[in-house]
Amino acid sequence: MTCAIRAEELRKTFRVRETASGLGGTLRSLLRPRYREVHALAGVSFALEPGEMVGFIGPNGAGKSTTIKILSGILVPDGGTCTVGGLVPWERRVEHVARLGVVFGQRTQLWWDLPVTESFDLLADIYRLDRARAARRRQELVGRLDLGPLLDVPVRQLSLGQRMRCELAAALLHEPGLLFLDEPTIGLDAPAKLAIREFLRSLNREQGVTVILTTHDLDDVEALCRRLVVIHHGRLLFDGDLDGLRARVTSERRLTVDLDGDLDPARLPGVTVVAREGRRLVLAFDPATVSAPELIARLAALAPVRDLTVEAPPIEEIVAGFYRGLDP
Amino acid sequence: MDPARGTDRHDGGSGPWPPPMAGRNDGSAPRQGAFHLYWRLVAISIRAQAQYPGSLLLLSAGHLVVTLLEFLGVWALFDRFRLVRGWSLAEVALFYGLVNLSFALAEAVGRGFDAFDRLVRTGEFDVVLLRPRSEVLLICGQELRLSRAGRFAQGLIILGWGMSSLGLAGRPEVWMRLAWAVAGGTALFCGLFVLQATIAFWTVNSLEVVNTVTYGGVETAQFPIDIYPSAVRAFFTWVVPLASLNYLPLRGLLRGGDPGWVGWAAPLAGFLFLAVSLRLWRFGVRHYTSTGS
Ligand SMILES: Nc1ncnc2c1ncn2[C@@H]1O[C@H](COP(=O)(O)OP(=O)(O)O)[C@@H](O)[C@H]1O
Ligand SMILES: [Mg+2]
Repeated sequence: MTCAIRAEELRKTFRVRETASGLGGTLRSLLRPRYREVHALAGVSFALEPGEMVGFIGPNGAGKSTTIKILSGILVPDGGTCTVGGLVPWERRVEHVARLGVVFGQRTQLWWDLPVTESFDLLADIYRLDRARAARRRQELVGRLDLGPLLDVPVRQLSLGQRMRCELAAALLHEPGLLFLDEPTIGLDAPAKLAIREFLRSLNREQGVTVILTTHDLDDVEALCRRLVVIHHGRLLFDGDLDGLRARVTSERRLTVDLDGDLDPARLPGVTVVAREGRRLVLAFDPATVSAPELIARLAALAPVRDLTVEAPPIEEIVAGFYRGLDP
Repeated sequence: MDPARGTDRHDGGSGPWPPPMAGRNDGSAPRQGAFHLYWRLVAISIRAQAQYPGSLLLLSAGHLVVTLLEFLGVWALFDRFRLVRGWSLAEVALFYGLVNLSFALAEAVGRGFDAFDRLVRTGEFDVVLLRPRSEVLLICGQELRLSRAGRFAQGLIILGWGMSSLGLAGRPEVWMRLAWAVAGGTALFCGLFVLQATIAFWTVNSLEVVNTVTYGGVETAQFPIDIYPSAVRAFFTWVVPLASLNYLPLRGLLRGGDPGWVGWAAPLAGFLFLAVSLRLWRFGVRHYTSTGS
């Protein structure tokens, strides 16, 4: 049975030097250093099929980047195993990374002082790419990511959004079947985020590239990933789709109505008012207590309705609710 | 998580997953060999240094003057005592020249390892590990330090002076011996840089220890090591074999007595030292911890 990625019980502990304050403390820690253990991963298991696109979410320090670094062959775990395309990343590093693209939102893989195009040339040599084929691939990426005007600009002069598009192209020049993205949209403005999402979607759908994405921006996950994985304190707490996560947190639904008259919500049983703005009313209800059609029928009987929508609560609230349920 | 999910899709497919890298050259093209890549990378660093030719020249010239002044001290010593343990100034010039040539080359070529602790502290080594090439090649390719031309020139001048004073300058066989000794010496100093870089995987506080050995070694080996106490001699023969880069190759040449092969074989110790250091380095890479965000 071959999975794209199979991780079993990954563990990683960092020893962090305690820094005491004050001159005395500094001297003491020089003479007798004290260490604190940080359990970044405390047993993480999951499996990915080829062609999947999975979002890893979790609060700061949850262990997302550590997971990506282990899968990339940068870190060796203290316990557990993982294989990526049949290889153990840190044992066959060179072969492994030749088939892999990685983008770290906070670290550049381009040459800071060189024009973008020269970074691409160097990467073609580093990956030993066939010249004609590399040129074609490059042209394709330049077109899709709209890099034409950036090619002759030194990397350090690019805006963050421009640089991130170049980083993506750099990570994909060698046509990897697998792409890891650690916070690729961090710090980007809305249009830049949209451009990157659009590109990633087509990469996954049209070229079948398997993608793991870590992010703070839940809109990334909602827009791109059918499957999401929640990591918290180095453990995997949820692995499934958004509806599944929703069901774990709440079954609540939201009804937004625009009314043409006045309404006293107290006359509707089983609802709570989330917001009220002029004649617009947002009500929360539990479909197990009162079904949506029933609620709408009652409402219409009480006041003339102009417009109405029923929705699940937004993803931010779901995830926040999920975290709240974890930390007592 | 269901491990069985979707496996039919894969098992039914053809070939391994992920597929072998699609755009990859068949490997026969020589332009992508290790040396080609090394020069491609180093050319970037040379271009960067050439952007400020004035400062490069000044730095090199400064190096040349300072190191020549150092030798003036040696000259003053010999001016008073004529001989030190039976060695003349011209003979010591050969020892002096060989160490400086070796160290200048190592500092130029091994700069990436010399400055490696920064890559560890900042986590930039992550990016090196993401590239499908030898880590050693990529680190070496980061910088070729041209300003070491100053020390190199000084070594060459002093060596040349010593050779002509001793009437050896016209013997190509001697030059070959010395070039081989410099190669071994360069490997040895590179080995010290690699060791220093290896320690950085565990701590960035003890780097000074190796630094002391390196710079102390350069100072020490500028003289024939038989002038030192036996403990120092043993250390620089068996632990950090600096004796192999000048004392052993030169003793037979200047004093006779040693069979000829000793001088030819001794520089191999430098390569051995480098090989051992690289083994330790590979072990260290597995302990790299990157940085938290
Ligand atoms: N190189 C490191 N050295 C020490 N501690 C680290 C290191 N990398 C990560 N950590 C710690 O491990 C935990 C998980 O970090 P990380 O995987 O970066 O979290 P995330 O990416 O989810 O924000 C954090 O507590 C972090 O401080
Ligand atoms: Mg992170």
